[in-house]
Amino acid sequence: MAETPTVEAHGVSKRYGAHEAVRSVDLTLEPGECVALVGHNGAGKSSLIKLMLGLTHPTAGSLRVLGEDPAGPGAARVRRQLGFLPENVAFHPGMTGLECLDFYARLKGVPTRGNPGLLERVGLPREAQRRRIGTYSKGMRQRLGLSQALLGEPRLLLLDEPTTGLDPALRQGFYATVRELRDRGATVLLCSHALTELEGQADRVVVMNRGRKVAEGCLETLRRLADLPVRVRVGVTGQEAADLVCDAYAVPRQPGGRAVDLACGQDEKLSLVRHVLGLGVALRDLEVVPPSLDEIYAHFLSREDAACAPS
Amino acid sequence: MRTILTIAAKEVRDGLRNRWVAATTLLMAALALTLAFLGSAPTGTVGAGQLEVTIVSLSSLTIFLLPLVALLLSFDAVVGEVDRGTMLLLLSYPVARWQALAGKYLGHLAIIAFATVAGYGSAGIALWATAPEAAADGLPAFAAMVGSSVLLGAAFLSLGYLASAVVRDRGTAAGIAVGLWLVLVLLYDMGLLGLLVATQGQGIPGGLLDALLLANPADAYRLLNLAGSDAVGRFAGMAGLAARGALSPAALVAALAAWVLAPLGLAALALSRRQI
Repeated sequence: MAETPTVEAHGVSKRYGAHEAVRSVDLTLEPGECVALVGHNGAGKSSLIKLMLGLTHPTAGSLRVLGEDPAGPGAARVRRQLGFLPENVAFHPGMTGLECLDFYARLKGVPTRGNPGLLERVGLPREAQRRRIGTYSKGMRQRLGLSQALLGEPRLLLLDEPTTGLDPALRQGFYATVRELRDRGATVLLCSHALTELEGQADRVVVMNRGRKVAEGCLETLRRLADLPVRVRVGVTGQEAADLVCDAYAVPRQPGGRAVDLACGQDEKLSLVRHVLGLGVALRDLEVVPPSLDEIYAHFLSREDAACAPS
Repeated sequence: MRTILTIAAKEVRDGLRNRWVAATTLLMAALALTLAFLGSAPTGTVGAGQLEVTIVSLSSLTIFLLPLVALLLSFDAVVGEVDRGTMLLLLSYPVARWQALAGKYLGHLAIIAFATVAGYGSAGIALWATAPEAAADGLPAFAAMVGSSVLLGAAFLSLGYLASAVVRDRGTAAGIAVGLWLVLVLLYDMGLLGLLVATQGQGIPGGLLDALLLANPADAYRLLNLAGSDAVGRFAGMAGLAARGALSPAALVAALAAWVLAPLGLAALALSRRQI
């Protein structure tokens, strides 16, 4: 099969009345790729997903999902190959978990035989499958939501805040399932408003703010683009040594006498470390702290806000 | 079609789970049986016509009860699912919006039909057991009454769906449902009666009166059952109206069918434009 992109968006915009939810977004998702879509609540992530699901039409631009217009006549074909987990997933409380999954499998035209196994894989044991959803905890509902998104080997998975309410073990299990699907050629789009959790999971990150795509790339690229200072934490023995280090780099003296924080650009961190070691001060420890994902994320958002602010 | 049936089956199971089916069927059966046995008291035990009396009482009851049941079932159908977010998930599946609507409607209609047929049927069977030969004569009228009751329920289901598809808020939908019931079931006839009395029956041409009666599904149902057959009409005191009017049973059934299809079509249109 020719490797056509799973999702191809060119200049897609969506306006609800006066509110511009999505503003000319370009996005390409390839098969076998796990992409994280990050942004505040209201940044346009959910609107973008609804566009990909074909629930709304873009006001401008073109959007193709699995080679078709998701809101056009081929919509049913697209949705049969698509898994979706909405934020705050809801089910009919009167059904049992298994009945619910069987219902969705029938709608998708997938055999229901494998459903008990699928539910067990996401962490709903057999006895829980036979209980009504009304008695489920938030985490159990989330697991049921995941299982319905995984029905029928989807080629595109759209997951909106997939790991809320999951404990760390289940979270690891969930990401293992996602990796497995990705390695078999599925495209996974993870939406989140926190970046930290996605470290090591996403091949690529797309940052959105106010309906616009503000940054895109793998985590390393984003780090370089943000060009945030690296912190070098120098562990010293005593206040005297601390003051010496502070004076050497002309930073304000830091009380405590245990550690001194220095900052430098990405490219300068090696030379800084070398220089610190050459100071001749008794060091207890040396730690290089790269900017955290949340800091990078906050950086992109604040930059965008500054650009939008009325001058 | 499979999609629609899957959704309908789910709706029926929901109805069984939350006891809607049981409650409605029991209510209908209890009232029907009460009317069947108490209702024959005024005519004594003269076997003939006992079923006709029951038909008159039952259809008068149906006009009040069935629209209420149908509206209660349907007012939440669309707006509730959108509100809870289950509609968003459902529509992310290969399900067209009209299919989601048709499936839910079919499920609700099955609940109403089952409750009506089982509830009223039990009264019919009880009457047949006590007076077999009399019941046999009235069977066609009784069957027509049950059938048209389902049709009346379907019409009010459609109206409820329309209300549910148009509004943004569940409370509003509930308010509209109650309003529809009040206006169509209670106030409309009073207004019509007042108009007739005020003009001493002269001001309104017969054609307009017919049109006004068709413009309300409850009235179309009333005419169909209370004036439909001579034997029933005598008891109902509607023979005069039926003789005067030019409305054939076929026209009345057609009017009821229109009341089923038109609001449902509009509901589908409203849902297709709705922002989910």
